[in-house]
Amino acid sequence: MSPGVRLWWAQILAIVRLELKKNFSFRRAVPLYLLAALPPAIFVGHAIGYARGWTSCHGTEDLTVFAGVFQLFVLRLVVFFGCVVIFLNLFRGEVVQKSLHYYFLAPVRREVLVVGKYLSGVLTASCIFGASVAISYFVLCRHLAATPSAGLAGPALQHLGTYTGVTVLACAGYGALFLLLGMLFRNPIVPAVVVLVWESLIVFFPSLLKKISIIFYLESLCPVRVPFEGPWALFAITANPTPAYVAVPGLLLLALVIVSVAAVRIRRMEISYGTE
Amino acid sequence: MNAADGIVFEDVSKFYGNVLGVNRVQLSIPPGITTLVGPNGSGKTTLMNLMTGLVQPSRGSVRVLGIPPSDPERLFAVAGYCTQFDAFPRGLTGYDFIYLYLRLHAMNHLRAAELTARALERVTMTAAAGHRIASYSKGMRQRIKLAQAIAHQPSVLVLDEPLNGLDPMARAEAIALFRTLAGEGLHVIISSHILHEVDQISDQVVMLSNGYVVAEGQIQAVRGEMHQEHPLQILVRCSQPSLLAASLFAQDGVAEVRMHHDRGGLLVGTRDPERFYELLGKMVLEGAIHLESVAPADEDVNSVYEYLIGGGGGAA
Repeated sequence: MSPGVRLWWAQILAIVRLELKKNFSFRRAVPLYLLAALPPAIFVGHAIGYARGWTSCHGTEDLTVFAGVFQLFVLRLVVFFGCVVIFLNLFRGEVVQKSLHYYFLAPVRREVLVVGKYLSGVLTASCIFGASVAISYFVLCRHLAATPSAGLAGPALQHLGTYTGVTVLACAGYGALFLLLGMLFRNPIVPAVVVLVWESLIVFFPSLLKKISIIFYLESLCPVRVPFEGPWALFAITANPTPAYVAVPGLLLLALVIVSVAAVRIRRMEISYGTE
Repeated sequence: MNAADGIVFEDVSKFYGNVLGVNRVQLSIPPGITTLVGPNGSGKTTLMNLMTGLVQPSRGSVRVLGIPPSDPERLFAVAGYCTQFDAFPRGLTGYDFIYLYLRLHAMNHLRAAELTARALERVTMTAAAGHRIASYSKGMRQRIKLAQAIAHQPSVLVLDEPLNGLDPMARAEAIALFRTLAGEGLHVIISSHILHEVDQISDQVVMLSNGYVVAEGQIQAVRGEMHQEHPLQILVRCSQPSLLAASLFAQDGVAEVRMHHDRGGLLVGTRDPERFYELLGKMVLEGAIHLESVAPADEDVNSVYEYLIGGGGGAA
């Protein structure tokens, strides 16, 4: 490893260390913990309801229910809004708090700063929401099987790994997008809402447009397909899922391109808090 | 002065949209304490932000010890900047604030911890270092910012209103620290609007008004260039002020002579101080008067500021 690369790596680790300390500081992380607690709460509630006879259980059909909750609730809302909070804070939040200049006054290339902050965001989001998904799935399996080991055996364990991996990919994809939006817009909430609407309506779009989204690739990777039902199903357009060997590198490449644009953008960034 | 030894602005202008930040700044700042003086909006902070790369010039170039501000890896190995922003990353203690940012210099734990302890000690914040910055008083926040700026032992230290919020004792300590750092060969650039403190600490001043540099250099030299427009005021305390006054009226270089309000001395305005001092010496040697004290009355930053800026002083 050349001295320059070694220096950048040491600086990226220092940035990640600093950002993790900030991200996991109790007050700042409370909304994220609350958001992440919602999916496990649904399945804990379901298990309690079944135990008390309030709800029925359809055995392995619950795995389809889990897939529905994962795709429609966890990915589209929990991970999405979690990434909004984490990644918009990386730059826009620091501008609002007037603390970004401390990084700009350190002997760190701005491109290295972008990479370090992005990685810290992916780590934070993956830890919080990956754990949320894993706990939710564990609760479901615990409820379905007599013992936890039986519940997590075979395809269930594989599904758990896939769901967690898709969550990490979602954090990487949405994270890169919101990192860039936080740099481009003074009020990035508006474009974030536009992205949310787009990602929500993608099911009605033709297959070519579906490919201009993150959720389409994430859903392609999910182990259980969720049928689209109800009156709106008439307007839904189905498309063949993208194979994993395209979806995974494609999402990572997309994140890389977006982070690269952010790295170019930050070179021209000036500190003028007064105008914010 | 070699360009690599100082801070050099070459025809630098900065515009914020249509608003002028600074215009056509041509400056060379040597080691020692240099104070930027000027009213609000005169361009002091813009100059500091330009030399540290927080903003980029619309025209011209800046070099700090030969390093362009667009190269933060090299620049901030040798420079520290204590800004006027009273804001900090959330959730950090004073120790974390210094230590974690030192780690960005790719220092190992031991070195970063050692420098953190040293910086905290220099600003007498060791005892409070373990508390969250959110619980600090204004003065403590100012001192922890200062500690963060000096922690990596820079050669160039830029301080934007560093005495704001400090109590008199802390101000005296901070001024002593600036003097020590300047004595160690650092470039210390300070912006301040507290003119009597500027007088105490500056080796040279840069006066700004409406984005233009209106004067620069040692304050006596700046004052010397203004003698024709603003005669130097000299307070002379002597045994026979009226006799001295009568002699002075006959001199060409003397613009005005006024009796001091306590009637124990004269306030002499002269465009030719050397000739005046020569005449005074002669009168003393002849025994015509008994001299108690002689001192310039308006050879300080405050007076120069008044003449150049305070009286509606325009751009150079």
